[in-house]
Amino acid sequence: MSLLEVKNLKTSFKTLRGMVTAIDGVSFNVDKDEMVAIIGESGCGKSVTSQSIMRLYPETDQSVEYEGEVLFNGEDILHIPFKEMAKHRGNDIAMIFQDALASLNPVFTVGDQIIEALRIHKKITKKEAREEAIKLLEQTGIPDAAKRVDAYPHELSGGMRQRAMIALALSCRPQILIADEPTTALDVTIQAQIMEMIVNLNKEYGMGIILITHDLGVVAQHCKRAMVMYLGQIVEEGDVETMFKHPMHPYTKGLIKSVPTTKTDKDKPLYTINGVVPKLSEAGDGCRFCDRCEHATERCFHECPSLKAAGEEGHNVRCFLYE
Amino acid sequence: MEDTIFSVKNLTKEFYSGRKKIIKAVNNVSFELREKETYSLVGESGCGKSTTGRAALRLIEPTSGEIMYHGRDAMKFKGKEMLDFRRRMQMVFQDPYSSLNPRMTIDKIVEEPLIIHKLGNKAEREAKVAEILSKVGIRRDQFKRYPHEFSGGQKQRISMARALILNPEIIVCDEPVSALDVSIQAQVLNLLKKLQDDYNVSYLFISHDMSVVKYISDRIGVMYLGNIVEEADAEDLFANPLHPYTQALLSAVPEADPDIRKERITLHGEIPSPLNVPSGCPFRTRCRYATEECAMSKPELRTVDGSHRVACHNYNK
Repeated sequence: MSLLEVKNLKTSFKTLRGMVTAIDGVSFNVDKDEMVAIIGESGCGKSVTSQSIMRLYPETDQSVEYEGEVLFNGEDILHIPFKEMAKHRGNDIAMIFQDALASLNPVFTVGDQIIEALRIHKKITKKEAREEAIKLLEQTGIPDAAKRVDAYPHELSGGMRQRAMIALALSCRPQILIADEPTTALDVTIQAQIMEMIVNLNKEYGMGIILITHDLGVVAQHCKRAMVMYLGQIVEEGDVETMFKHPMHPYTKGLIKSVPTTKTDKDKPLYTINGVVPKLSEAGDGCRFCDRCEHATERCFHECPSLKAAGEEGHNVRCFLYE
Repeated sequence: MEDTIFSVKNLTKEFYSGRKKIIKAVNNVSFELREKETYSLVGESGCGKSTTGRAALRLIEPTSGEIMYHGRDAMKFKGKEMLDFRRRMQMVFQDPYSSLNPRMTIDKIVEEPLIIHKLGNKAEREAKVAEILSKVGIRRDQFKRYPHEFSGGQKQRISMARALILNPEIIVCDEPVSALDVSIQAQVLNLLKKLQDDYNVSYLFISHDMSVVKYISDRIGVMYLGNIVEEADAEDLFANPLHPYTQALLSAVPEADPDIRKERITLHGEIPSPLNVPSGCPFRTRCRYATEECAMSKPELRTVDGSHRVACHNYNK
C-alpha cells in the first residue's frame, strides 16, 4: 500500500455556466521517500489536484464536488467530515505555496505562526513550542534563527520567507509534503538552495513529496517520476529520464522541445506547439489536445483516449498513437 | 567598433532612500549595442538590470554617465531631438497585462505612437497598423478587440507591434517572456528573432532566464548589485565563464535535460542589500575565492580575451 493513493479524482466547481470539471479522473500514488512531479502549464489543473487532496476549497456552499478517492494510509480522506480533515492537514500532509508573502499572515511574526501550528497539533507549552520553532528555522537554513523568529514576514527576503514557510510546513513532521511551485518566484541561485533542501527532506526524513511545477528544468534535475497534465487530465506519466529522452504524447514532446536548454541550436527556430490552451468549458468529447496536435485524426475529435501502458513498465500515455 | 549604434559609459543611477541613504542601483555600467545584435543583461532580482535598461533610454534620468547614440550625446537631447530619440528606442515590458491600456482597442493602442509622433494621415496609419499586427500574428477580425480578450502570449505580440510601428533601431525587451507559459514562450522567442531579421532592430534584452538568454543573445553582460561583472559573446560565456558569480549562476540553472548533470556550485547567503554594499568587490561576501584584496579594492572590468571582459581580482592572465 502506498502512503498516498489518489484514485480517479474528479473535482468540479459550480460556475455561472454550470458545473465545470477542473480535473477529470486523476490517479497516482506517492510512496514513502518518493518525489513525484506534476508538470503542466497554467490552467492544466495541477494546483487543483493538490488543493483537492488537501481539501482546501470551501465545501459548505456546495460550490465544489469531489469524486473518486484519496487514500492516506488506506483511509479515504476525501470523504471524511471536514472537521476531521483538519487533523490531517498540516499534521500528516502539509503544503508549501509559490507566494510565501501571500501565504504567511502579515500581522503575526513567523515564530507566532509556527508556534500556533505546533500547539494545534501537539500538546506542548508555549515555551517549548518557541524553542521548537527556532530549531525548525535553523534547520531550514535561516541564519540567526533566535532573532528571526520574531520577524514579521515583510522583514524577510523572498528566499528567507520561503524557508520560513517550509519551516512552518515541517513543524509537525508531515509524512507528505505538497510543494506547489515552491521556487517559481525565486532567483536561480536561491531556487537551487531551496530545491537542495527539499531533496534533503525527501532523503533524510523519508518524506513523500509531490512537486508541482511548470519548470521542466527543475523536474529533469531533481525528480524520478513525473506526470504531465493537460486540461485536467494526466496525458503521460513515467520515469523522468525515459520521458525526457523519449516522450510519447505529442503534448509532452512539444513541451520538452519548446524549452531552450544551453545545448539548443541558436540558428534554428524553437519548436512550438500551435495555438493556445483552450478553455475547460470548451473541451469536447474528443482528446483534449486534438486542436493543437499534429497527429490528430478523425477519431481524436470524437473519442477521448484513456491512459494506457506503453513502452517501459510504469509508463502510461493517453494517446491513440500507442494503441 | 564602427557599427556601434548606441553605447552607455559609466552609467550610474542613484535613488534616495529617506533623506540621507543612497542606493546605487546602477554603478558605472558601460556597454555598447551594435547594429542588428541582441545584447542581454542577465542577473537576479535587484541587480539593477531593469534600471539600467530604463536609464539607458532616459525613461528615468541617470544620475551620471554618458549615453551616445550614433556618436551624439543623448544626455543633452531636448525637445524635438529627444522625441526623435524616443522614436528610435522602444520598449517591451514584462507584464503584458498592465502594459496595455485596458480601455483601448488594440488597433488604437498600436496606432497611438504614430499619432504622438505625427506620422502619416489616418489612412496611412491604419494601413501600417494592419500590416504590423498581421506581422506579429494577430488576425484582422481581432483588431477591434480589447486587451483582456487576448491571452498573455498574444498581448506580448501586441506590445511588440506597438514598439515596432515606429521603425525603431533599438527595442529594450524587459523580461518579455518571463510571464508566459513554456509553449507560448517559444512562440514569442521565435517571433522576436524573426522580427529582428525583418526590421533590422537591435535588442537590449533583459532577463533572468539563462537558457532563454543563451538562445537569443549575441553578447551577454552579467550584472550583480548594479555592476556588470562579466561580459562576453554568448557562446563564450557559457563555455568559459570566468567570474565566480557567473560560474555559480550557470551551475544553478536547472536544465530541462536529465543528461546534463552539472557540478553545482551552491552560493550561500543572499544578495546583500543595495543600501549596504560590501566594500571592494560587491560579490566578495558570497565568493568562494575571496581574498583580502577583494575587500580592499573594487576590481575593474578588464578585457582578458578578445571581447571577453571580467571584473575579478583573482583572474590573472
